[in-house]
Amino acid sequence: MRLSSDEMIFWQYGFLKLNGTIIFTWGLMFVMAVGSKLITRNLSTELKRSRWQNLLEIVVTGIEKQIEDVGLRHPKKYIGFLGTLFLFVAIASLCTIIPGYEPPTGSLSTTAALALCVFVAVPFFGVEEQGLGGYLKSYAEPTIIMLPFNIISELSRTLALAVRLFGNMMSGTMILAILLTITPFIFPIAMSALGLLTGMVQAYIFSILAAVYIAAATRGRKSTPEPSQEIKV
Amino acid sequence: MDNMTLIAIASIVTAGLTIALGSIGPALGEGRAVATALSLLALQPDAATTITRTLFVGLAMIESIAIYCFVVSMILIFANPFWNYVIALNAGK
Repeated sequence: MRLSSDEMIFWQYGFLKLNGTIIFTWGLMFVMAVGSKLITRNLSTELKRSRWQNLLEIVVTGIEKQIEDVGLRHPKKYIGFLGTLFLFVAIASLCTIIPGYEPPTGSLSTTAALALCVFVAVPFFGVEEQGLGGYLKSYAEPTIIMLPFNIISELSRTLALAVRLFGNMMSGTMILAILLTITPFIFPIAMSALGLLTGMVQAYIFSILAAVYIAAATRGRKSTPEPSQEIKV
Repeated sequence: MDNMTLIAIASIVTAGLTIALGSIGPALGEGRAVATALSLLALQPDAATTITRTLFVGLAMIESIAIYCFVVSMILIFANPFWNYVIALNAGK
């Protein structure tokens, strides 16, 4: 029983292994990069535009609105990072329709790498916004006694991000594999649809959590980012 | 009872118990969270998007506890280091 796509080895030379995770990740990157390059070749600002450009615009403006709702003030600075996180995880889980494909996020290596990217990005954006001293001082909020707890919470948030995404993706593929050996006709299709749904939700959750952590770092820990300013009475 | 049997029994029983007990807490917590969110949606429909988004984020955090239990139980069944060690020991004999 294969636990993750790490164990699908296509080619091996000594200790260098070309396993399924690497191949699927690079395939996804290729598809996303080439696809968006082809779509954005002739951008038009008039009312008449190609449907692919329309699709990309919907996606980009949707992500920008979500980032703004979370409390980040200039969404254009963060949309590169957060949008890529969302799109990579979403397309990785959407492609499970293709037979023979295993989502690379079903391997702890990929999700740990994504979580480490968030772990590095949060202080990066925090220092960029508040300066090094201001950001480091935010660890001592509200009192200096909270310093070890704040550090531990940073590390555990990263771990939780990685394990949450890995667990959801791996459980989807594993349940599908087990069901295929038991009732190989209709039920696995229902489970596959459920796997698609959880994949999309987990992509959204991953990027929204990354956005919330970055918002907490750029705004400072004194004031919690309240998105309730939308409520106008 | 030799080592192999003991490790097998312990792994199987623990894997079942982990996922059984580990799903109770998150299920109850998620039920309460959704119930509160629904009543608040009825009270303040203007804040629907905020409530929905916060609900989903909260549900993901609660769900991750159940996912941790699931991962531990999967490791016990499929990637058990003690089992692999004792199998290697017995295969070498």
